[in-house]
Amino acid sequence: MSKPTYNPNEMLICTASRLMTDNSTAFIGTGIPMLAASLAQKMHAPNLTTIFEFGGMGAILDDLPVAVGGRRTFHKALSAAGILDVIEAAGRGFIEYGFLGGAQIDPYGNLNSTVIGDFYKPKVRLPGSGGGNDVGSHCWQTIAIMRHDKRRFIPKLDFRTTPGYLTGPGAREAAGLPPGTGPYRVVTNLALLGFHPESKRMMLLATQPGVSVEEVLNNTGFELLLADEVEENPPPNEEELRILREEVDKEKFYI
Amino acid sequence: MEIIKSGIGELLQPPDVNAFRDWNRNKSKSLIDKRMTEAEVVKRFIHEGDYIGTELYGTVRCPMSIVNEIIRQDIKNLRLVGQGVYESDVLLAAGLVKEMDFTYIGLELYGISHVIRREIDAGRVEKIVEWSNGALVWRFKAAAMGVPFIPVRSMLGTDTFKYSAAKLVECPYTGDPIALVPALILDVGIIHVHRADKYGNCQIDGITGFAYEMSRASKTLIVSAEEIIPTEEIRRQPDRTIIPYYLVDAVVHAPFGSHPGEMCYLYERDEEHIQHWAEVSKKPETTQEYLEKYIYNLKDHQEYLELIGEERLRELREMVPCS
Repeated sequence: MSKPTYNPNEMLICTASRLMTDNSTAFIGTGIPMLAASLAQKMHAPNLTTIFEFGGMGAILDDLPVAVGGRRTFHKALSAAGILDVIEAAGRGFIEYGFLGGAQIDPYGNLNSTVIGDFYKPKVRLPGSGGGNDVGSHCWQTIAIMRHDKRRFIPKLDFRTTPGYLTGPGAREAAGLPPGTGPYRVVTNLALLGFHPESKRMMLLATQPGVSVEEVLNNTGFELLLADEVEENPPPNEEELRILREEVDKEKFYI
Repeated sequence: MEIIKSGIGELLQPPDVNAFRDWNRNKSKSLIDKRMTEAEVVKRFIHEGDYIGTELYGTVRCPMSIVNEIIRQDIKNLRLVGQGVYESDVLLAAGLVKEMDFTYIGLELYGISHVIRREIDAGRVEKIVEWSNGALVWRFKAAAMGVPFIPVRSMLGTDTFKYSAAKLVECPYTGDPIALVPALILDVGIIHVHRADKYGNCQIDGITGFAYEMSRASKTLIVSAEEIIPTEEIRRQPDRTIIPYYLVDAVVHAPFGSHPGEMCYLYERDEEHIQHWAEVSKKPETTQEYLEKYIYNLKDHQEYLELIGEERLRELREMVPCS
């Protein structure tokens, strides 16, 4: 049987999708998380309740949302509420997964989406927290989706927009964040990463197909811990690719 | 309660809830016809230096006919609560914004705002104070409750806190650190809705974003509506009223008032137009040409709709799937 061919975005979407479990709640941002959630609903998680920031809960993602407030975020949904209800649901512990993105990430999974360079004299003014900080503060487990290179995986952020494990073990709780919350996975075009249970530092769990451990390390701007056995992620299978191309992103917005 | 740490961001609007109560006491509670045009509303209610907010999320229910009129009347030195995409971008591009409570300014799918960077570099935007979306909606909620602050568990441990005007205190009940965010009382809130009667009772279809909280945190509230409906229809389904008349100071009839944004069940977002803005806003010259063409050279919202053209508007309406 010939191997299916796919692009790095498709691999990223499939990796994120496989992390979404059935009968759970996930806070979904724009872009890759939407595709991943849609794919998960059509593959293994038909009862994944997607939650969109501005009030859409439990949408069926027949068509891909292009905006977090657009009608597709509450298409055939279970509830169309407002931002307060959604963020307070996370605050009360109802939301398991939170998907995040950022321009920079550090070894403790803290994220920057505010500014590159000095705050007052920015090199690049990024969009800001939006709901990112709230997701990173309140959801039980956050999953960051990033492109993997040395400019993005850095030892110290220019600006800490969204909390990961802050400065290490116990720091979240000491800061007043809800106990038991924090970064769970980081999904990149090169790897799947987690966090060491004690040191809370980022740890390589698996490489993407055809990517070597060295390649991952060379593209990370800080010392990366290695899992006892670093696995290789299985490539997207034919079914995943077919659904992704024919059903999830029919309009070819992303892939 | 001891303050452990204070954000270094400036408090742009004081959480004076007593003054807010006095203001609300003096607001008319009469059922009077509040319909007016965009030009009248902006002239009467929006002044240089005012603290304003446009309630929306992304490009959904954007109060664009009012925003365009603010730009036409060139109301300067505005202070703005920024959770915005296209509408905050054009206000910035017109050079009207001086200070911002900031949570998100960007073009979502089409990347970062090119305008905000230029306005910061040019020194026109003098102050930016950071918040999260949650912090902002809770700030509205505090104002809506009539209390000067509200405790929240967002922003803790981050630079988002550091560059905000929040405070970190020890919770008097649990002893844990907790953030306090100040009530945000807007001089003027601007909200676009699906339907309103002439008194300002409003209905919104679909998700409601910040509308509930922001409408209750605004000293002056301007509502624009796709459709003006008889009060009997409001009374027939009172559970649908998300904004009652006494909050509202003016009602503007603005069909396609959200264009190029969307109104769920009525018309879709004008993707080509948003892409066009994302492209032309990269350069100051083309940005200005855009503002000339779509705002300055036009008399009012009616002329704007004529420029966009009936055919395009029909297309956007027809893109809405039949349920």
